[in-house]
Amino acid sequence: MASRRLRAIVGAPGTVVGLVILAIVVVVAIIGPAVWQDRAMTMNVMEARQGISASHWLGTDVLGRDVLARILASTRTSLLLALAAVLLGSAIGFPLGAVAGLLPPRGRRLVGRGIGIALAFPGIVTALFICTVIGIGAFGGVLAIGLAMAPGFARLAQTLGTAVAGSDYVAAARVLGVRRGALLRRYVLPNIAEPLLITVTMAASDALIALAALSYLGLGVQPPSYDWGRVLGEGLQDIYTTPAVALGAGAAIVLTGLAFNLLGESMAHGFDSRAGSVSARALRRMGRSLLPGRGLPAAPPEPDGEPRVALRLEDLSVYFPGPDGTLVQPVRGVNLTVGEGEMVGIVGESGSGKSLTALAAAGLVPYPGQVRVQRREIAGSDVATMHPEQLRKLLGTDLAMVFQDPMTSLNPALRLRRQLTEKLEVHEGITRAEATERAILALTDMRITAARRRLDQFPHEMSGGMRQRIMIAMGLMGSPSLLIADEPTTALDVTVQAQIIDLLRALNAEHGTAVVLISHDVSVINELCHRMVVMYGGRIVEQGPTAEVIAAPRHPYTAALLAAVPTLQTGREEPLASIPGQPPSPTAMPAGCPFAPRCAAADATCRQEMPPLIPDGQRDLACWHPLSESDEGRAPGGLASPRVGSPAGRSIPGTRRVRT
Amino acid sequence: MTTATLTGRRPANAHPWLRFAVRRFGGLLVGLAVLLVATFLMVHLIPGDPVRNVVGLNAKPEDVERMREALGLNLPLWQQFGRYLSGLFTGDLGISLRTRIPVSTVVASGLSASASLAAVAFVAVILIAVPLGMTVGVLTARGRRRALQTTFTAVTGLFASIPGFLLAVGLVYFFAVANPWLPVSGRAGWTSYLMPVTALAIAPIAGLSRIVRSQTAVVLGEDYLRTARSKQLPDRLLYLRHTLPNLLTATLTIGGMLLPGLLGGAVIIENVFNWPGIGTQVVIAVTGKDFPVAQTIILILGAAVLIVNAVVDLIIAAIDPRSTLRED
Repeated sequence: MASRRLRAIVGAPGTVVGLVILAIVVVVAIIGPAVWQDRAMTMNVMEARQGISASHWLGTDVLGRDVLARILASTRTSLLLALAAVLLGSAIGFPLGAVAGLLPPRGRRLVGRGIGIALAFPGIVTALFICTVIGIGAFGGVLAIGLAMAPGFARLAQTLGTAVAGSDYVAAARVLGVRRGALLRRYVLPNIAEPLLITVTMAASDALIALAALSYLGLGVQPPSYDWGRVLGEGLQDIYTTPAVALGAGAAIVLTGLAFNLLGESMAHGFDSRAGSVSARALRRMGRSLLPGRGLPAAPPEPDGEPRVALRLEDLSVYFPGPDGTLVQPVRGVNLTVGEGEMVGIVGESGSGKSLTALAAAGLVPYPGQVRVQRREIAGSDVATMHPEQLRKLLGTDLAMVFQDPMTSLNPALRLRRQLTEKLEVHEGITRAEATERAILALTDMRITAARRRLDQFPHEMSGGMRQRIMIAMGLMGSPSLLIADEPTTALDVTVQAQIIDLLRALNAEHGTAVVLISHDVSVINELCHRMVVMYGGRIVEQGPTAEVIAAPRHPYTAALLAAVPTLQTGREEPLASIPGQPPSPTAMPAGCPFAPRCAAADATCRQEMPPLIPDGQRDLACWHPLSESDEGRAPGGLASPRVGSPAGRSIPGTRRVRT
Repeated sequence: MTTATLTGRRPANAHPWLRFAVRRFGGLLVGLAVLLVATFLMVHLIPGDPVRNVVGLNAKPEDVERMREALGLNLPLWQQFGRYLSGLFTGDLGISLRTRIPVSTVVASGLSASASLAAVAFVAVILIAVPLGMTVGVLTARGRRRALQTTFTAVTGLFASIPGFLLAVGLVYFFAVANPWLPVSGRAGWTSYLMPVTALAIAPIAGLSRIVRSQTAVVLGEDYLRTARSKQLPDRLLYLRHTLPNLLTATLTIGGMLLPGLLGGAVIIENVFNWPGIGTQVVIAVTGKDFPVAQTIILILGAAVLIVNAVVDLIIAAIDPRSTLRED
């Protein structure tokens, strides 16, 4: 690991450029005074204030001295002073901060406050203070910049020290009776050395610039000595006649400062090479190699004269760009219909495409995903025929979404009133007062007490279960005909889960709202849903009435999924059942049935040809070799029990996850 | 349940902001006290006789003694401190050793020049950096427009690392020397603000807009933005109502850190442009060993930093109530 990081650091272009510039600067600093000092000090009034020429590459200054020679000769002074300031600053700051990090909490806080106040002071104020007391000159300058940098070093060492001191291995060492000094030397320092090194490199750039600034102001290096800042300051006096002096010195400072910064930054990047963009990480999770998306089977014809539907998706596919400009297809030709007032559960492992299907229904697939769909109907209206504004209103009011984590799904900066009412204000144009009354009704519907008072609160003042009820209430504000809940109970503890499930059931019973419940948890779907849809590898593999599917799964995957759910009847000594193998990656989808690699019954047909989803009674099934009623591998009796809602029917919390 | 809770108001003792404000004010007072003592003792830390340092070895002893008397340097230390404190309230801050003008007169003229420069620069930073960072953040969210993001990062990175006074030199060369478009120094009319404000503001604009961009990217990826999108709100509400407030805490925290930097930067920039502010004055005072002026200006700069920090903390606490919980 360390060598790869080192290679990443050394190979980065920033490191190369930084190192090359610094190497040149160091060489100039070493030989500079010997080579250019005479030329830099030779005054020649006859040649004063000359422009750029072959004998004076950057011209001459007011006393006829060669500018380039002066800049080169002063490299050593500039660099050494910066180095001295950094050393002084770290010699004061690091020990102070590291010791503070190991102090008991009270002392740590006190030192922390002190460092905080010192940090807030601009270095120049500290420097002015020191220069007033000590007097102007190089010594005062170094002391001033060193002292001004010390609080920054101390803060860093303290933060890192505290983090390390709070770690398990230091706690263990303490228990073992390691002394404080040894603790610092052996456990704390090695672990904070990397970031400190980076900081020191970057600080060198700051010190160089700060000292140049002091010298430029006349507070640092005094004549006849000179450094880059001094040359710059003298040059600025004559910028009208010989601009090359100031510009040359300025360039030297910027270039060297930049080199230190580049080096520090690429070191920091190398040490943190795990960092990457969100989309890159998301796509990486989808897999690495890639096969192009296959042709889609024809959608089964829908019978005519059906009642109005809450949601109809025909031949829905979602594409994401994969590596090397290819496309991956995490959702592949899904057909889904949800009737008015129907409660449908979609179940499947992580990566089965169930959440993306829901997001696509709501038009919320994030960039860079693309959605292709033959027909998308919401509340009986075909989305394709609608004006964009109409569509916004339809999706905003008739469709409500509830997401997995209620702790992060509400905006932390806005009061609940705003978050609840804005939907109606925007889409229905009603006043805030009216919307507030509706919000109170919705909250009360969700069994939230003191609803009026809650409206003035922020999300962080509420518990997770409360927030999820608020999320549902927020969805209800538009009187939706469809609520899509994506893992609404997964992040909640088990008693709160039960409350949310009861609320969803009541919502369906009282308002006739259709519900699409997405879950990896069969028992939640069993409790709530009329119909169950099983997804695998971006496709629907089986769907039908929940009780029937659970009692007699026909797709081997459904059977395996049900078998993996432990119940109260599961013996404690038995190992938890799991489905052997891994779900397919969207980037490496098998040509045939996606489940074939893990399926015991799979044959050559399964591996080569995709089974179409074919209606069979009340069931739809995509399998070449479906299980018959008598086959093995059905769900244990506990799940299929008719009771819904009583604790005895639920499986043991914490063991319900199916390979997530 | 009390009437107060029914009407949606919480009782006064539950005001976390007020409690935070009181605590923060206490911290400010401690900081100011430390600063007062430090600037007072500064004079006494100067090696040798501070008056002799200024007037030189040839001055007559009676003159030196008279000046020491006038400055109160012969009084016991605690009486001097008393005079220092009461002087701050009465405006009697002593006289400049160099010009014999009362310090209060010297500083008053410089203070307004400096404050106007710093204020214009700060406003420019906020008004440019926040919209710029947010716009780029929205345009490049979730890996869109890679080229724009790379360009933005490179350009702002470059500008953030060029020190203001060097940029100032470049500006002077380009806009005053090579092309005589702008006045090179002094404070006369709005054109004289252009170069100092630019030199002062560019690096903070670059730094802050980077922070705003990355914060925008973070907020746009948050679950609550997906919730807001699911409500199908217009973009205006999505970005201004749901995104901006969540950026403010980070932006203000960084902005608050920038302000003292602006004050410090102003000291140097003022000298480049001969701006008649306290930055120019303090450098003249320090090089001329004129300690009464230096002492007063260092006190003012320090106090400004402490007060600005406290105000920023209070504003952040008002916008983001959770930040009051983080303290301690």
